[in-house]
Amino acid sequence: MHNADHEKQVNMENLHPSLIKIQAGADTNPAGEAGVSGPGPKISARNVNFYYGSKRALNNISADFSARRVTAIIGPSGCGKSTFIRLLNRMHELVPGSRLEGEILLDGKDILSPDRDAAELRKRVGMVFQKPNPFPKSVFENIAYGLEVNGVTDKNLIEEKVVDSLKKAALWSEIKDRLKDSALGLSGGQQQRLCIARCLAVSPEVILFDEPCASLDPISTARIEELILELKKDYTIVIVTHNMQQAARVSDNTAFFLMGDLIETDRTDRIFKAPRDKRTEDYITGRFG
Amino acid sequence: MNKRKERAIKYIFTALAFSSLVFLVGIVFVLFKEALPIFTKISPKAFLLGKSWYPTSSPPEFGILPLILASLWVTLGALFICVPLGVGSALYLHELAGPRQRTLLKPVIEILASVPSIVYGFFGMVILAPFLQNTFNLPIGLCVLTTSVILGVMATPTVASIAEDALSYVPRSFREASFAVGADRWQTLTKVIIPAAGSGISTAIILGMSRAIGETMTVLMVAGGSAVIPHSLFDPVRPMTAAIAAEMGEAPVGSDHYHALFAIALILFLITFAFNIAAELISRRFRLKLGHSR
Repeated sequence: MHNADHEKQVNMENLHPSLIKIQAGADTNPAGEAGVSGPGPKISARNVNFYYGSKRALNNISADFSARRVTAIIGPSGCGKSTFIRLLNRMHELVPGSRLEGEILLDGKDILSPDRDAAELRKRVGMVFQKPNPFPKSVFENIAYGLEVNGVTDKNLIEEKVVDSLKKAALWSEIKDRLKDSALGLSGGQQQRLCIARCLAVSPEVILFDEPCASLDPISTARIEELILELKKDYTIVIVTHNMQQAARVSDNTAFFLMGDLIETDRTDRIFKAPRDKRTEDYITGRFG
Repeated sequence: MNKRKERAIKYIFTALAFSSLVFLVGIVFVLFKEALPIFTKISPKAFLLGKSWYPTSSPPEFGILPLILASLWVTLGALFICVPLGVGSALYLHELAGPRQRTLLKPVIEILASVPSIVYGFFGMVILAPFLQNTFNLPIGLCVLTTSVILGVMATPTVASIAEDALSYVPRSFREASFAVGADRWQTLTKVIIPAAGSGISTAIILGMSRAIGETMTVLMVAGGSAVIPHSLFDPVRPMTAAIAAEMGEAPVGSDHYHALFAIALILFLITFAFNIAAELISRRFRLKLGHSR
């Protein structure tokens, strides 16, 4: 793991072309000197502290995630970036003994108040995981699952949604003859796009990607990245990634985490070209990690 | 010198490991050798489907249908007890129990498995049978129902622990995926986890059945011992194992009765063998489905 990181950091010189592209894209949304790019925040974290048992994993995090933009969360292993993203759809509640302080707002409303239903929230804030995790069911059933558990019974509607989601996930043309086959027979990259389609089927507003390419080859990775750029037209996207080049390629804004602290958030081009914090600079130039 | 020592150790352990195979072959050989002579006196069909088991009358009658049906009835009855109890416990342990309940319950279930069968039999005779006799106003408390209840309780730990293993093999990522699209806990359990563990749970049930059908001491004590075809849950019966245990002592070695008892044992062996093969095949498919082996 560490060796691979090192290699990526050595190649940081190769970053420039993609950075320039992103800068050009960002021009359409000029933001203030220190602000992030994009319209108002879709999700905001306010003074979030998080504990596993008595161990504090996140310290006083406050951050905004712009609507219909891609925000990358980067940082070394164990910095709390995966922990953080899982708070945004309350997946942390599956871990016994964890505790959260602070507020997380979706469209300005606190998602953590006890009277808000976690299942309802997760329909609006979908998630794609590090390792593709299709169910041991057919391709069709995998995507229909989310609709069924949310009470959709109309067969035609389900079918329509399945096809639509597969098309949006850029998987339809490869897989349209294999809808009845087991999802476990697909390649890793196809499985991950299937998981994205499964997430799209319940019409989320936000999609959280937790290192979605960690187990994929470069070609599959490129396809997922293309897909993310396509999806950001309609969805707010937060992506945790280990790979700084990936952050530079797909994101509009970047947040840098280090040992449970949020060090810096800014437009991605600024983070990579002119970070304000010395620690951010050290990390992206490969001095540690 | 060292090399010779290593080789000697290797041979010793190889021999130890293969001894089970020797025992198995030996048992199967003896079963066939002692069982086959009866089929020179009576056809396999008449033996299996004959409705009267009067091995000591003259002329004797060797129809084991009442014994087979008795075994099937008490085993099926036991299933009605051990499947809900065992699978329910497994689901509770896996899904709902906190660490404190788990540390209490797991050993308790294991202890239930280690109670000697004669204790179960004794409990059945002295407590359960009189209780059922009074409750349902029966002529005799030793019957299919009593036996089923006791066998069901005895098979519960087997079912519970294997079913719990099956549930724990279901990857956590399935659960996360299900929650992430807005499913609740109950939907996740019934639509993802139980189907994914389904073959493992079937294996647990089959092995529980094997345990029940092969049990001897308890059925000898509580089944009532009457070798007639059962017509209700309250009839006393004589399952195959009980017949062998009760009669082997009084059957002269080499007599027809003696060979007939061996033939019953052979059939019982074949039934449990089939159960185990089925369980193995199902669980192999299960591992394939979850991607645990290639």
